[in-house]
Amino acid sequence: MFPKGTKRKFSDSGDEPAAGGEDVNQPSSVAVRMLSSYSLQRQSLLDMSLIKLQLCHMLVEPNLCRSVLIANTVRQIQEEMTQDGTWQIMTQALSAANAAAQCSADRLVATEVLCRQTEATQGEQVLKPFPAVGSEGCPAEEEEEVVVEEEGEGGVTMSTVSPQAPTSYLPGTFGMDPCWEEENGEDEEEDEDSEECGSGSEEGDSDRLVGDSRTAEQVFGTFEIKNPAPSPDPALEELFSDVDASYYDLDTVLTGMQSAPKMGPYDLLESLSSHGPSTLSSSTSCRSDLNELDHIMEIIVGS
Amino acid sequence: MAGAGGGGNDVQWCFSQVKGAIDDDVAEADIISTVEFNHSGELLATGDKGGRVVIFQQELESKNQPQCRGEYNVYSTFQSHEPEFDYLKSLEIEEKINKIRWLPQKNAAQFLLSTNDKTIKLWKISERDKRPEGYNLKEEDGRYRDPTTVTTLRVPVFHPMDLMVEASPRRVFANAHTYHINSISVNSDCETYLSADDLRINLWNLEITDRSFNIVDIKPANMEELTEVITAAEFHPNQCNTFVYSSSKGTIRLCDMRASALCDQHSKLFEEPEDPSNRSFFSEIISSISDVKFSHSGRYMMTRDYLTVKIWDLNMESRPVETYQVHEYLRSKLCSLYENDCIFDKFECCWNGNDSVVMTGSYNNFFRMFDRGYRQDVTLEASRESSKPRSVLKPRKVCTGGKRKKDEISVDSLDFNKKILHTAWHPQDNIIAVATTNNLYIFQDRLTSIQ
Repeated sequence: MFPKGTKRKFSDSGDEPAAGGEDVNQPSSVAVRMLSSYSLQRQSLLDMSLIKLQLCHMLVEPNLCRSVLIANTVRQIQEEMTQDGTWQIMTQALSAANAAAQCSADRLVATEVLCRQTEATQGEQVLKPFPAVGSEGCPAEEEEEVVVEEEGEGGVTMSTVSPQAPTSYLPGTFGMDPCWEEENGEDEEEDEDSEECGSGSEEGDSDRLVGDSRTAEQVFGTFEIKNPAPSPDPALEELFSDVDASYYDLDTVLTGMQSAPKMGPYDLLESLSSHGPSTLSSSTSCRSDLNELDHIMEIIVGS
Repeated sequence: MAGAGGGGNDVQWCFSQVKGAIDDDVAEADIISTVEFNHSGELLATGDKGGRVVIFQQELESKNQPQCRGEYNVYSTFQSHEPEFDYLKSLEIEEKINKIRWLPQKNAAQFLLSTNDKTIKLWKISERDKRPEGYNLKEEDGRYRDPTTVTTLRVPVFHPMDLMVEASPRRVFANAHTYHINSISVNSDCETYLSADDLRINLWNLEITDRSFNIVDIKPANMEELTEVITAAEFHPNQCNTFVYSSSKGTIRLCDMRASALCDQHSKLFEEPEDPSNRSFFSEIISSISDVKFSHSGRYMMTRDYLTVKIWDLNMESRPVETYQVHEYLRSKLCSLYENDCIFDKFECCWNGNDSVVMTGSYNNFFRMFDRGYRQDVTLEASRESSKPRSVLKPRKVCTGGKRKKDEISVDSLDFNKKILHTAWHPQDNIIAVATTNNLYIFQDRLTSIQ
């Protein structure tokens, strides 16, 4: 009946406890099951929404109404998850993971789940945030922001409800971890991998390390050209050409997250690499990727 | 078989015509994106995704069958908009016609406004059925005669010719919208019109193309704070100072242009309090209004959101006076509909000529009519199967659970790719135009009172 759609793994896995559990405490186990089923479904909805915001049409400007509605839905879910504490658990685990990867978690919070863009647009848009990075040394960051990039021109920036949350939501943060890209073996091109930090899950495009509000301006602001974009640097375009990301990877990553929310940083990396090459190489490749990242940053900043 | 209809008679809807390709292979450019009758109902315009406008004209009633209203035949076809490329943003601008609105007829020619995402055009459609012949300086084929061969003078004379319908662009209203235009509406003063995009509404004079007034601007200073967009806008049919616009949060704002130049402050805010028992993560999405239409009388307005049609009395802001369920059986499927993006489909709605019946589309090529007076509703289908000339449409029913009766269709069998987003009702008669993906169906009522 319904064409396409993400796999509904979470709903299915929500039924498993029902099959195997001993019902020592019947009422509470039922309640727990229901609750976990609800939260899994909620998680699934959140994932779906983020994917939707990422998928963008290559050539045509996206539908702003649709993007706003999806972004509002994501915000709603985040608010609810914050209220029942799920959000904090996840963000703590993420920040731990980030710390392990030697990324400054606070700064790299501006997770931009970047969507597939035409190369020209990428070039334009990417160029704007980077100078900020270069000039300030580290990107200044006002508050944690989840920037979810949407189709074609940017993303919706939503401030997380709890500004103390050290990291913002997943995909971008994962993207910040270069190991993840590597382990998924999605992309053989080294440069793009490191740069694709920001891409995290889906279409990795450019890596935007700046999480300030200017990014959001560009996001919706591609609609209005305030600063005429400089002509795209062909080297940069090549750098930020599409990385083919897959639904599956996002799902597996998030599945990993969901099942063990309290794991430590290296556990997290392990789970990420569960469908990729061995974990041992992950830390070292992290570091080499970071060096590459620095190198690329230099190019972009033009120093 | 009773059906919903205007007047008090049982109206039976009959198939009249279908326009468009028969085969199932739908070319993207042929997808119909808007349907609109003109003010007399004699002309019916459609716009498609390929930027074309096709206008059908109703034949004068034939003498053989005086009860049967004339058929609609192609009158004019023209390419209204072409695809463009925005070089600054490296994005295409679709040529898809979002809306067509007719101007009231002032002289022999017809005028309509057509718009894509960024540009509105005023088209003049005129007939030519006479041709001047007998020029002194030119031959019949247009070549200039050698002046030395001109020995006599004559007055050119008009001779009849085959009817030719010409469409020419008279005005192009461009570069006024940063976001995608979703609505245009001609004012009752016939001098101005509004165009609305996601965040702004502009007021134009039909004669002036290089300037427009911005009358509503809901763009936040910080785009991070954007949570609501404009989804539709329309001028009041009688009061030239009043217009309404709807939002993605299910609100309608009525504005009075006399109050201030920038109508960011609404005069009235129509919003129904949320039903807490129906609350879900999808509540906001399904409350987003996809269409708003004033009644012909100007006393009421109708809004369409994902699951319902609501009628509002302009004098009461707190809640609608009538709510009609279009396809409530989809409420339990919202997650799947969100997954496949159907939840974002924008259905339109329309009034009949005397505001007694409203109509809107649904999935599986179903469309629904609600008779406000008789509190009846009916579901009909636009399909090739029921396309025998003058065959009466059989009411359809969706089975929501339990045993499926014969002739009912279960929710899971509905084809969500066959959606009827655009419908139009003749301003006076019971003739309706229903657009499926790439076909236009015309249905008429069978006048049961005639023997």
